[in-house]
Amino acid sequence: MLASDPAKKNSFNRSINNGDLVIVYERHDNMKAVTVSEGTVLQNRFGIFKHSDWLGKPFGSKVFSNKGGYVYLLYPTPELWTLVLSHRTQILYIADISFVVMYLEIVPGCLVLESGTGSGSLTTSLARAVAPTGHVYTFDFHEQRAGSARDDFERTGLSNLVTVRVRDIQGEGFPDEFTGLADAVFLDLPQPWLAVPSAAKMLKEDGTLCSFSPCIEQVQRSCEVLRTSFTDIRTFEVLLRAYEVREDKLESIEGNGDGSNGSLPCKRRQCSDGGNVMSSPISSVMARPCIEARGHTGYLTFARLRCLI
Amino acid sequence: MSESNSSSSRVTWEGCSVLLDINDGDRLVFARLSPAAKLKIGNKNCSLQPLIGRAFGTVFQVDTAPNGPYLSPAQVNVNNAEEIGDGQGNNEMDKVNVNNAAQARDGEVNVESRDNRALVDNNTAQSLTGEDIEAMRRQGARGNEIIEALIANSATFEKKTSFSQEKYRLKKQKKYAPKVLMRRPVARSICEAYFKKYPSKIGFLRVDTLSLLLSMANVSSNSDILVVDMVGGLLTGAVAERLGGTGFVCNSYFGQAPYSMDIVRIFNLSDEICKRILRSPISDLLPKESPEQVLEHDVCNVESQSNDQTSALASMDEISHSSENGISDIGIENTEPAIEIRKAPKAGERPQKEIIDSWRENGFSSLIVAAPELDAWTLVRDLLPLLANSAPFAIYHQYLQPLATCMHNLQLEKMAIGLQISEPWLREYQVLPSRTHPCMQMSAFGGYILSGTKICNSTANSSSNRTVLL
Repeated sequence: MLASDPAKKNSFNRSINNGDLVIVYERHDNMKAVTVSEGTVLQNRFGIFKHSDWLGKPFGSKVFSNKGGYVYLLYPTPELWTLVLSHRTQILYIADISFVVMYLEIVPGCLVLESGTGSGSLTTSLARAVAPTGHVYTFDFHEQRAGSARDDFERTGLSNLVTVRVRDIQGEGFPDEFTGLADAVFLDLPQPWLAVPSAAKMLKEDGTLCSFSPCIEQVQRSCEVLRTSFTDIRTFEVLLRAYEVREDKLESIEGNGDGSNGSLPCKRRQCSDGGNVMSSPISSVMARPCIEARGHTGYLTFARLRCLI
Repeated sequence: MSESNSSSSRVTWEGCSVLLDINDGDRLVFARLSPAAKLKIGNKNCSLQPLIGRAFGTVFQVDTAPNGPYLSPAQVNVNNAEEIGDGQGNNEMDKVNVNNAAQARDGEVNVESRDNRALVDNNTAQSLTGEDIEAMRRQGARGNEIIEALIANSATFEKKTSFSQEKYRLKKQKKYAPKVLMRRPVARSICEAYFKKYPSKIGFLRVDTLSLLLSMANVSSNSDILVVDMVGGLLTGAVAERLGGTGFVCNSYFGQAPYSMDIVRIFNLSDEICKRILRSPISDLLPKESPEQVLEHDVCNVESQSNDQTSALASMDEISHSSENGISDIGIENTEPAIEIRKAPKAGERPQKEIIDSWRENGFSSLIVAAPELDAWTLVRDLLPLLANSAPFAIYHQYLQPLATCMHNLQLEKMAIGLQISEPWLREYQVLPSRTHPCMQMSAFGGYILSGTKICNSTANSSSNRTVLL
């Protein structure tokens, strides 16, 4: 997913090889992660796609099935991965993820602690932000989930940037070996306030913390605990509104109201046969928000370890 | 600048850029630390010398000494919350009533019995006069002592609710004991400071929108990011920060004159990172295909050659210019233009031929546009072919319609997939015991983003299309 070797930068301009992870794009709301394996096929509603047909094609190519249906093969990015990963838990989406990375001030070389790992959606973006020299240590108390996350990071090629460990951070806190070393800590826990004292111990001076909680009661309790050793405590909610764009013809009115009875709107076809009120329809590109949207994901509470002199 | 003196350092050094947050965001000042640099706080001129070698995140207060006022680190008590309960905790920078937090922890229900029925606004509540306060000051009273005196001499303070007592204290603290918080100038803090004070200089690009642009364009180490930055260099700096001295950010421009990127200098970017910021006219990046184009291009080169000198001069100009003007812009205080020029990072060089060739051959890893003054569609039409296949892109605009048109045309031309127009929405909350609610004021608008992924030009048909477009 990331070009760790400078010589291999722009690696997605290279062609698709056996063993590569590709994102198969059907529609913007229908994508799938596939590891290319010669001799296998992908079957979907468009037909059967032979992986062997994909080899040597550049990423971004359109490929066809036996029935002439097609999909696109895209190079995996953390954003696409978030859309295709298997949901073992509730995951974070792009708006929260982007904001967290920016607000935690994560840049290449940072050491970041995260708990829990969950499905690894945020972890993937954290890894991108600390690359090539930083590291993400992510903890989950669920052994099997940690294992699946580890497999995912192997698959997306991030295992050199991410270490997954099994640990109950709420109960035991972060391991002492990270004391005073973390640039940023991210908590997505049911009772984050239990982990706050340990997080404070792990952070460098002026280091940043973020806690993600769906419920305001969790935020309330976390903030009370944060005030002991943190400053700059701020809580946000961030959402995205998506827009639909379409070109459509709208009737325009030839406008002097010359005796027409004003029975608007009039159907396009009716007007075209002889009506003198309507002119020819004008085509225009229009945008409007999508009808449904995610209304709430969680509250993001940020804080900064207070500097003691 | 040594490697330790870079964006990753958590302690300031001489020549380092800082963001000074005075009285909790009332004033935001970008400054470059030098022994000679001074900052005016209230009516006092304070040297910034004491800020050198201190940790970012340190809070300073103004103290008085025989030879004038000076900034000294404010003592922060670990048991701040309890202290504030005793009415001592004037070092608290948060807009919170920690007193109430302490109460809530003790399990007390936060019920306020006092109200404002007995308060009459007749300007007689305070018995200390201006002269009294001046006299206290002459005797060397510290700001906190003055505040305590004001409270002791206020006839109404005890009758106020604990919330308004806290407000009163905060108001007096701002006036008599101003606090200066030294923040690290990084993409987040720079964007927020500009958005708060001079949003038009960054095209009203809100911090969550900026963060989305960086994600949507997959800005990651070892990638070559093409940007059109007409937001003062904020975008270029933010991308460079994420690249961390690997890959390149190509700040491209139409015509002969590069767009200003003054804001890049506010970041504490290491030399290694600055070297990765290159500036190029878009005409240099376009492929040389037909003979006419080559010819046209050569002419371009000659022009830009001669332009090289002027632009070098221009950038010097910019620097000294900004060390005087740019400062007052967002309240940057700086005194030594000479130091400024010496310390200025060498960001924004013209790319060497080999680098341009490699971009031509491999394509850019992604494209980010924040150009409020340019037409989105024609821009994207010309720039998208410069990207590698499967490269993501993100276009910011303050208006919806240009992006809608652009998206529609990209669909018609089958140039990209996964197209989406998004509008970020950001709401901040006040979180206090029994008083949690969304903040009363919010930014209602953070702009729109068109994002998508470039796909391969599958047929000769579309490449002939390309030629027409060129």
